[in-house]
Amino acid sequence: MTAGEDTVETKARSRSWRDVDLRAVAPFAALALLLIVGALVNPNFIGLNNLANVATRSAFIAIIAVGATFVISSGDLDLSVGSMVAFVASIMIIFMNSGAIADPGLMLAAAVVLTMVIGAACGLANGLITTVGRIEPFIATLGTMGIYRGLTTWLSQGGAITLREPELQALYRPAYFGYILGVPVPIVVILVVTAIAAFILYRTRYGRHVVAVGSNADVARYSGIPVNRVRTIAFVIQGLCVAIAVLLYVPRLGSTSATTGILWELQAITAVVVGGTALKGGAGRVWGTICGAFILELVGNIMLLSNFISEYLIGAIQGAIIIIAMLVQRSLVRKS
Amino acid sequence: MNPDAVDGAPVVLSARRISKSFNGVQVLFSVNFELRAGEVHALMGENGAGKSTLVKILSGFEQPTSGEILLDGQSVKLPPNGQAEHLGIVIIHQEFNLAEHLTVTESLFLGREVTRFGVLDRKFMRAETRRVLDQLGSHVDENAMISSLSIADKQMVEIAKAISRDARIIFMDEPTAVLSREETNYLFRQVRKLREKGTSFVFVSHKLDEVMELTDRVTVLRDGQWIKTAPTSILDGESIAQLMVGRELSSLYPGKQEPSVDEEVTLAVSGLTTHYVQDASFEVRKGEILGFSGLIGSGRTELMEAVAGLRSRVSGEVTVRGERVPAGDVHAANRVGIAYMTKDRKHKGLLLNSRMTANLTLQSLDQHGKFGYLSPKSEAAALERARRRFDIRVRDGRVVAGRMSGGNQQKLLLAKVMETEPDVIIIDEPTRGIDVGTKQQIYHFISALARDGKSIIVVSSEMPEIIGLCTRVAVMREGRIVGILEGEEISEQEIMRYSAGLKKKTAA
Repeated sequence: MTAGEDTVETKARSRSWRDVDLRAVAPFAALALLLIVGALVNPNFIGLNNLANVATRSAFIAIIAVGATFVISSGDLDLSVGSMVAFVASIMIIFMNSGAIADPGLMLAAAVVLTMVIGAACGLANGLITTVGRIEPFIATLGTMGIYRGLTTWLSQGGAITLREPELQALYRPAYFGYILGVPVPIVVILVVTAIAAFILYRTRYGRHVVAVGSNADVARYSGIPVNRVRTIAFVIQGLCVAIAVLLYVPRLGSTSATTGILWELQAITAVVVGGTALKGGAGRVWGTICGAFILELVGNIMLLSNFISEYLIGAIQGAIIIIAMLVQRSLVRKS
Repeated sequence: MNPDAVDGAPVVLSARRISKSFNGVQVLFSVNFELRAGEVHALMGENGAGKSTLVKILSGFEQPTSGEILLDGQSVKLPPNGQAEHLGIVIIHQEFNLAEHLTVTESLFLGREVTRFGVLDRKFMRAETRRVLDQLGSHVDENAMISSLSIADKQMVEIAKAISRDARIIFMDEPTAVLSREETNYLFRQVRKLREKGTSFVFVSHKLDEVMELTDRVTVLRDGQWIKTAPTSILDGESIAQLMVGRELSSLYPGKQEPSVDEEVTLAVSGLTTHYVQDASFEVRKGEILGFSGLIGSGRTELMEAVAGLRSRVSGEVTVRGERVPAGDVHAANRVGIAYMTKDRKHKGLLLNSRMTANLTLQSLDQHGKFGYLSPKSEAAALERARRRFDIRVRDGRVVAGRMSGGNQQKLLLAKVMETEPDVIIIDEPTRGIDVGTKQQIYHFISALARDGKSIIVVSSEMPEIIGLCTRVAVMREGRIVGILEGEEISEQEIMRYSAGLKKKTAA
């Protein structure tokens, strides 16, 4: 208890390199490395056009993965997101085909609202089954994954659901193919969604609660945090993110089928983990997640542009990435 | 009790001049201990007296720093990690080491399954299990799932497991803490049966009446020193309590300040009943420090968690200055002014992977911004204040809680709880696992808070702490408040009498 033994640190102390959190930096370092590799493989790769293309295509997974960051940070897991995309998109298109509202502008606005509501409701269902029903999130969302997928198959009667109204199509198309200040709309949406998510996770009471619940639910409970509400809201946020992804997905193809969004849950989880969020909860990194989604898409792109690996191996490579990411994470933890 | 039979019996296990230090802190000082064949030997002492350490050394889980262990008169070095089982030395832990999803038979033969032609010989194992259980006079079904058994039956399975491994020496660490009276009687009958057959028991317990009833000899430890070994028949509860205590309070504690009798009552609890706690009623006045004493498992933590909204109540009422506190809602209890500081700081108190700031403000985020927004500036200021107020000493303010010393963690936890600006502060085990210097600081913080007009409840298993800090002491036993002591009545002997069930008065 001598005072000299433990000196209180002075505020002015500068940051040394040791203070940098390696886990937070690692995904960005990996991204930089990939960009260099890509540039060496094919000079076209590093072009602004190609990169903007890659970013645009990563939008669906990136946005869904932002939601997954909340669910995973709070210590849960949502396997149903891929099926949820198919289900929510089906409902949206069926609604727009129904002709319930004559004015195309109003119709589109109503469809957007409906999509968000359905997405939130799907998330809420996942959340309530997990928390009120006290079922492991893995099992609960495995169940709803089957349900959402099955409902989609039923709605589409095994085929495709296609947006028929040409006027609506024309009106809606720019939501994916358009530009805002020269930037493709999907990229703008990614940035806006991520910025909002980052604000919620790092700068609000709710975000702090998510991290607390994910790192130790008992500590959270003893601190007066409504644990189940926090977890349920995370699932709702996931549902909303899925809905936003659907809003971009529908104008791209104007059609969905029972195979829409298959294995997207794995890609989303991969993006989250590659981005540095711990799968066991307690640490969320929203910008890392975006970086992770971008890495996944980049790897595919590099393989496409290079000639020495078949692009049919993309799935295998992505699978390898998640394992490597975990190994790297663990070795970083051990070192620190 | 049959001291005559034991008197001439050979010594099976003995410890000579055993000393033990952990990280330079000596916890056992040249302790002697001997166990004869066919005796039940009680090991007694206050919390921290060194009982558990001695048991761990005698069962091989820890190695002594110096001293000698003799098994059947031969000097031995006991193998670690429970391998002493092969020598016939078995320890039955307070928390059972049984897998809930196995059957009784599977549990008994776990790790040494009998096979015939490479296939499990289930018939033989079932028969053998039945034989051992019959030998114990137990009616537990050998095919029952462990999860379906009562706690007493689980304990019986543990004992059967010990016997089936030819245990000659069985250590039981507070075996009755979780048992009802009937279950305890049942257990004792089995122990006596085995004693007849020459099995030796070391019985660690706080319950004086049980020690008097069951054991042949008693060894008392105090502050890591051997105090006395004597036949139980020449002792009584009083004299054992005397032996266990016999220490003067040091100047660790600040002077007590008794609040005046007409000071307003801040917290009133009446008729509170949970699944374990029965009909608990008490009041705490402004500026008062009320102690809660009792044995482990007496229901103190359950009661306090129910008061603080962490546990549901069956019935009863909690009020703060007349305002009712809703049941089972921590946040609401916080708002009314009750804060509970857990004894389990590593699992229930702090986020070990988070920094000090996140921990400090977790319970009081409402204060740091509007509409859910958190102001980093406001949080940083709170940390600065807390570090100064509670003297939290760390080199780097961004260190995660898990890397801090126990003492600093405890100060941070206290600071976190105080951030909710409570009027009633319930502190469960205020100084568990921290060094003596920090202990003294914590005692002074507690005393200062009381002088500031806060009402404080200190739950502690360390009696000197209760006596040194509190102006009134409630004693709990088996889920009930069995007495509330004041003034001169507050002494270790008196508290021990109440918590061991030798004395009782209705709650004031």
